[in-house]
Amino acid sequence: MEHLLEVKDLQVSFDTYAGEVQAVRGVSFYLDQGETLAVVGESGCGKSVSVQTVMGIVPMPPARIKGGSILYGGEELSGKTDAQMEQYRGNEMAMIFQDSMTSLNPTMRVGRQLMEGILRHQRVSREEAKQRVLKMLGRVGIPNPENAFRRYPHTMSGGQRQRAMIAMALCCNPKILFADEPTTALDVTIQAQILELIGGLQEQFHMGVILITHDLGVVAKMADRINVMYAGRIVEAGTADQIFYHPSHPYTLGLLGAMPNLIQERKGELYNIPGAPPDLFAPPPGCAFAGRCKYCMGVCEKQDAPEFVTGDGHVSRCWLLDERGRQYRPEGFGGSAGAEGRRSDE
Amino acid sequence: MRKYIVRRLIISVITVWLIATSCFFLLRTLPGNPFQTTSLLSAEMVDRMMHYYGLDRPLWDQYVTYMQNLLRGNFGYSLKYAGQSVNGIIASTFPISAQLGLQAYFLSIPLGFLFGIVAARCRGKAVDYGLVGFSVLGVSVPVFILAAMLQYVFAIRLKWLPVAQWKSFQHTILPTVTLAFSSIAGRTRSMRTFMLEIVNEDYIKTAKAKGLSKYRVVWSHQIRNAVIPMIPTMGMEIVGMLMGSFVVEQIFAIPGIGNQFVTSIQNLDYTMTLGLTVFFGVFVVAANFIVDIVYGIVDPRIRVR
Repeated sequence: MEHLLEVKDLQVSFDTYAGEVQAVRGVSFYLDQGETLAVVGESGCGKSVSVQTVMGIVPMPPARIKGGSILYGGEELSGKTDAQMEQYRGNEMAMIFQDSMTSLNPTMRVGRQLMEGILRHQRVSREEAKQRVLKMLGRVGIPNPENAFRRYPHTMSGGQRQRAMIAMALCCNPKILFADEPTTALDVTIQAQILELIGGLQEQFHMGVILITHDLGVVAKMADRINVMYAGRIVEAGTADQIFYHPSHPYTLGLLGAMPNLIQERKGELYNIPGAPPDLFAPPPGCAFAGRCKYCMGVCEKQDAPEFVTGDGHVSRCWLLDERGRQYRPEGFGGSAGAEGRRSDE
Repeated sequence: MRKYIVRRLIISVITVWLIATSCFFLLRTLPGNPFQTTSLLSAEMVDRMMHYYGLDRPLWDQYVTYMQNLLRGNFGYSLKYAGQSVNGIIASTFPISAQLGLQAYFLSIPLGFLFGIVAARCRGKAVDYGLVGFSVLGVSVPVFILAAMLQYVFAIRLKWLPVAQWKSFQHTILPTVTLAFSSIAGRTRSMRTFMLEIVNEDYIKTAKAKGLSKYRVVWSHQIRNAVIPMIPTMGMEIVGMLMGSFVVEQIFAIPGIGNQFVTSIQNLDYTMTLGLTVFFGVFVVAANFIVDIVYGIVDPRIRVR
C-alpha cells in the first residue's frame, strides 16, 4: 500500500566551520492519512531537522541532504528545487511551531499573515480570502474572529496565538500537519485545549499529523504510533501501546523511567538518564547510546545494532534483542509479543 | 495619541529652552571677548563696542533680553559681520546646506538599503565581500581624503565636473557624493547585519512554511523588520546632513551653514553661535519627535495608545 508520506534512509548534515554535523543519520518512517505519528527524543536528536527537511525549510546551505528519499503520495521530493517545493508547503503540508510569539511576524496583522497562504495557493479574491480566514479563526475557537483578524501577535495571549498559528497552518486544507512541539511554550491547562483542538481538526480534515515532542504525556494522549529518536537515528518505532507497554530499547526505558508519576511514592529524586548524547561531529562507530546504557555489552561499542523486529510494526535497534543478548536483558524486555527479536535484514 | 503628542511638544519646548540657556551661559565662560581677537582695536574701542552691543550689562539682564527676543524668533545681530542679523545669515546659508544635505540623504538611503539587502542575500559570495569591503572603506576613509580624491579624478583629470564652488547642479555633484559616501557605507553595513539577524527568526521559517516565494518572504517579512532598527539613526542623520558639514563646505568652498557655525565659535561671535545652536537644537528635537512617531507606525509593538 502506498503511504501518504514515506521517508527512506534520510541523511541530513550541516556543514559548519568546525566540520560536518551529522544531524540525521539514516531515518526511515511513514505516515498514513488520518493517523498521528509522534517523534520523541531529547533536544538535538534530529527530530525537528528531519521534518523540516521534508518541508524543505531547513536552510541549505549550511544543511545538506546527503542521501535518502522523501516520497509524498509516491512523488519524490528530495531533489526538488525551492520554487517547486513552494507548491507543497502550506498547501499539501503545513507546520506549526513551538513558540507562537517568535513564529508570527511581529509587525504584520494576524489576519494578513493568514491571508498570505491562501492567496499564495488558491485563486481567490482578497475578500474571499478574508472570509475564509475569519471562518478558520472561528473554527480554531477564537471567540471574536473579526477582532483577532486586525490584531498584532503581541496583543494576543499565548493560547490565542497558537490557535491562530493552527488556523494559519490549516487554511489551505493540508494533508499533513507537522506540529513541532506545539504545546511546549504553553500553560498546562492551555496545552490540553490545544491538543484537543489539533485532534479534533485532524478528524475533520482527515490529516496525517506528525507530532514532535519530548513530553511523553502528550504522546500518550495523541499518538497512534511513536518513533523514538536518539542521536540522529530512530532507535525504536512501534504503536503507542507497544512503546508504552513493551519498550524494547534501553533509551525508551530511560525516557519512560524519567517521567514523573503521581501515583508513585515520592522518594528521592526523579530518575534521569546519566550522561549526555554523543557529539554528532564524530558519531561513535557503535550504538550511539552505548555510553549511557546500563545494559551496555562489548558489541555495543564496536558496531551499531541492526533493526530487530519484535512485533507487528515494532522495531528496535538494540543488541539485547539478539539471541546472544538474552541473558543480559532486564525483566520484561523484548517486544510486544514477548517473542524473540528477529533481525529485519535477515 | 493626541495626549502623547501634546506631552512631547511641551517636553520639546523645555528642551530647546534648556539648550538656549545652557549654551548662553557656557559661551560666556570662554576666555576673551568677541572684539579682543582683532588686535587693531584699542582698549577704548573695545569698551565702546561692548557697550554698543550691551555686553557690559549684567549677565542676567542680557539673558532676559536675549530670551525675550528669542521668543519673537529674533536671534539678534552678529557681532562679527556688522549690521547683519543672525536670522539673515541663516536665511542665506541654510538653504544651501539643506539642498546639499537633502541630495546626499536621498542618495544615501536607497543605495544604502539596496547594498545592504543585496549583500545579505548574497552572503558569502563575491558580491557580498565586495560590498562589505566597500562599506569598511567608506566608513574609515576620512571625508577630506575622499573629497580630495574625487576632486582630483573627476575635476582635474577627467574634467567632467567643477572642482569647487556652488553655482549649478554640476557643482553640487561632488560634494553630494562626498557627504553621502560614509552614510551609504554605514547603512549598507547595518542593513546587512539586520537582514542576516532576521533571516534566522522563526517567523521567516513560518513564512517559508506557508509556501511563499523567496521574493515575498524577503520583501514582506525580512526587509520590513530589518528597517525598524535603522529608523532612529536615520532621523539623526538627516539633521546632521541638513546642518551642513564644515569639512565638505570648506573643501568645496560652499557658503553653507556648517561653515558659519565653526567660524562663529572661533570668533567668539556669541549671538551667532547661540542662534545657530538653538536653530540646530530645534531641528534635533523635531527630528526625534518625528522618528518616535514613525517608529510607532512601523513597529506596532511600541505604538503609544
